[in-house]
Amino acid sequence: MSNKNIGDYLRRFSVPIMFVIICAVCAPISGLSPSYLANEIVTRMGRNAFLILSLLIPIMAGMGLNFSMTLGAMAGEIGLILVCDWQIVGIPGMVLAMIISIPISALLGLFCGKVLNMAKGREMITSYIISFFINGIYQLVVLYLMGPVIPIKHSTIKLPRGYGVRNTVSLLSMRQKLDNLIPLSIAGVKIPVATFIIVFILCLVIIWFRKTKLGQDMRAVGQDMEVAKDAGIDVERTRIISMVLSTVFAGIGMIIYLQNMGNIATYSSHSQIGMFCIAALLVGGASVDKASIGNVFLGIILFHTMFIVAPKAGTVITGDSMIGEYFRVFVSYAVITVALIMYETNKRKNKSRASAQLALEQEEEVNG
Amino acid sequence: MGKAPLLEMKNIKKDFFGNQVLTDINLTLKEGEVIGLCGENGAGKSTLMKILFGADVIRETGGYGGDIILNGEKVSFQSPFDAIAKGIGMVHQEFSLIPGFTATENILLNRESKKKSVLSDLFSDRMDTLDRKDMDTRAAEAIKKMGVNIDQNMLTSNMPVGHKQFTEIARELSKEQLKLLILDEPTAVLTEKEAEALLESIRGMSKRGIAVIFITHRLGEILSVCDRVITMRDGYVVNESETKDTSIAEITKWMVGRDVEGSDADYVTEDTGVNKKIVMSIRKLWVDMPGETVRNVNLDVREGEILGIGGLAGQGKLGIPNGVMGLYQAGGTVTFDGIDIPLNNPRRCLDSSFAFVSEDRRGVGLLLDESLEWNISFPAMQIQDKFLKKYLGGLIKWRDDAAIKEVTDKYIDELKIKCTSSTQKAKELSGGNQQKVCLAKAFALEPKLLFVSEPTRGIDVGAKALVLDALKKFNKEKGVTIVMVSSELEELRRTCDRIAIVSGGKVSGILPAGEQLEKFGELMLQNC
Repeated sequence: MSNKNIGDYLRRFSVPIMFVIICAVCAPISGLSPSYLANEIVTRMGRNAFLILSLLIPIMAGMGLNFSMTLGAMAGEIGLILVCDWQIVGIPGMVLAMIISIPISALLGLFCGKVLNMAKGREMITSYIISFFINGIYQLVVLYLMGPVIPIKHSTIKLPRGYGVRNTVSLLSMRQKLDNLIPLSIAGVKIPVATFIIVFILCLVIIWFRKTKLGQDMRAVGQDMEVAKDAGIDVERTRIISMVLSTVFAGIGMIIYLQNMGNIATYSSHSQIGMFCIAALLVGGASVDKASIGNVFLGIILFHTMFIVAPKAGTVITGDSMIGEYFRVFVSYAVITVALIMYETNKRKNKSRASAQLALEQEEEVNG
Repeated sequence: MGKAPLLEMKNIKKDFFGNQVLTDINLTLKEGEVIGLCGENGAGKSTLMKILFGADVIRETGGYGGDIILNGEKVSFQSPFDAIAKGIGMVHQEFSLIPGFTATENILLNRESKKKSVLSDLFSDRMDTLDRKDMDTRAAEAIKKMGVNIDQNMLTSNMPVGHKQFTEIARELSKEQLKLLILDEPTAVLTEKEAEALLESIRGMSKRGIAVIFITHRLGEILSVCDRVITMRDGYVVNESETKDTSIAEITKWMVGRDVEGSDADYVTEDTGVNKKIVMSIRKLWVDMPGETVRNVNLDVREGEILGIGGLAGQGKLGIPNGVMGLYQAGGTVTFDGIDIPLNNPRRCLDSSFAFVSEDRRGVGLLLDESLEWNISFPAMQIQDKFLKKYLGGLIKWRDDAAIKEVTDKYIDELKIKCTSSTQKAKELSGGNQQKVCLAKAFALEPKLLFVSEPTRGIDVGAKALVLDALKKFNKEKGVTIVMVSSELEELRRTCDRIAIVSGGKVSGILPAGEQLEKFGELMLQNC
């Protein structure tokens, strides 16, 4: 019995275990100092945690990995671009950017939720494609409408041709303003206290949310839509709410992410963010239908340690720095693929377990 | 005495698209009374209960005739929620539980106790937090009312089936307004001990003044717990009597007894084929088909016969052909003509010259968006390389459209398939004609053994006769062995040589087709 349990655990945590091994092998080879590593991990923790936490609610509502969190990221970027142009700096700028992003993310989340209600059971692929579609609209807005329709004054943001936004928008005025709001450094490791406080608050909100009636409804909907519907829960509305919440959180998360980075790559910042966040969450041991806050933090630590040490290790071994860059992208996609395959095989395994049970019962009956 | 009855149903009528399924049903029920409702599948029990419970399907198919009077007030429920509000509870055959929830959470699903929170005024009362403590007390009360002990903190997915059933009943009991509880075959999944506990709890409910309508195939339970028993057949109430005045044998007779005198059909009354060669033998078969589980079935099929498989719904008769053909996970051994047929491998079955006409016509049976030609020729083309022109020594295979058209026209003619042409799409045909296409598809394979599952389900009388005649003819002329599964006993008796009755996932007996109806009835109820 206990042997079987160990096997089950190994299977469930196979992805995190794999990453622990990769990190353990690569870290010494890379030759990076522990303090540098710790610094980097803490920075990335502050940068990414909020974004990844935004993925938890749709998983709870049974809608799988929310690839369309990119929508929120775009809304966050639009907020930041506008605030930059208005030259509102520092924390007030960030807060204003968040306020601007919230209605945009909510609208996008509403749209996405409605579409996903029409594609029940195929949420992940649908949300993935929606993110491409909305990316097109985002480019239209940023490339053509900003200037003639939405006034953009400053030439540092505007393209030289008179409309559209430059490839990179500098966020020097708010760079790490939140991270450094409460300065603290322990043993040479800089800790972004204010960011961590916000992340901590979001964690509390999520824990509290699970205890609300709405959270309970989401769990019910996530596990069996039909039963939930028969019990009188408004399934469609519940699903839409979960998408709206996730998108709004993703928008805020993106603003926190970008204030740490210090600039916006207008046309590419958001494009991979969904993929990396999802990969990190899965590396932390989450699956398509189950994820916890613990998964988020474990995932960030493992995934980003790998991110930091693998390119270095690659360079040391092959002398080519590209190999590491290639490796990190490759691994992100591989992790997501593995998670999706494991999700399917587990479903099938549960099914065949029922059959085995039946065969066993019959065996007992015949013998007994 | 003299008190108005809790529920009165007067002259209830219902038809599905002109097909009369309930005719002039009258039913009264007093407070705290327990009545048993029994009848074969398709007798109309479920439809009657759906009408009472305000199920969507009734309204979508044009409503019902007659009146329902509850507590002296005429009611017409627009949805199950209306019925629940008026104090009617129903426990369905399929579980409606959330697997990852505890018993408490499931019992109070969407009726959780709540505490106001900061955000609930700002947004809506869905932001209230759950009051776990109060929920535990309420669930415990409901469980106590039921009188059967279950662990209220256990996850539903870890529960044995019986406990799932009890959780559902507790859910109904936790509703304050409950006056009438409908139990649709609640004991089908219970062990004997659990069933006894349930009966005890029904007695307890009745003492509390809750009326119960108890639908079951286990007649012994009806006799032991009900005050009255109502027997339905073909949409009529054929008998209503006090349980103390009747017996299992009598009820069985009412359930299956048709106008035996009036029938002029010639049944095969004797088992004449004892000496025939056994062509297929099934040993220790189990099949994991949801709702139709098969357990330890042993069955021999003789060469050239038509073997019927009958039994009540959900007892596993559908699981046998579906398991043998590899559509559902199965185990055991199947030998055909002395050769072992591997299970869970549809292709090998087809290669061994089996064919299967599935009960799931639209899902498994047909390529709905393709023409009749394709539908009829497709399996033969795939499995046996028929209707193909070969070039370069078989390296390139082309469809032989002329041969396909020829064979399609032949079957259209033979089975009188009503269609505009052989290129019409399968989905445009009526149910009966679609069924004929399914048969033609199987015939085109020229199998040695043909499984036919529910061949007449949902088709009109004319098409029914044609389909059955076509099967008989195919059997006689080509000498094909046929195994036919059907819920309609009468149809099996007219078509088959022998009939195996499946009950509780097992073969409870095999009788010659002409045997007395009562004997079939007994076998049907044996293990369920």
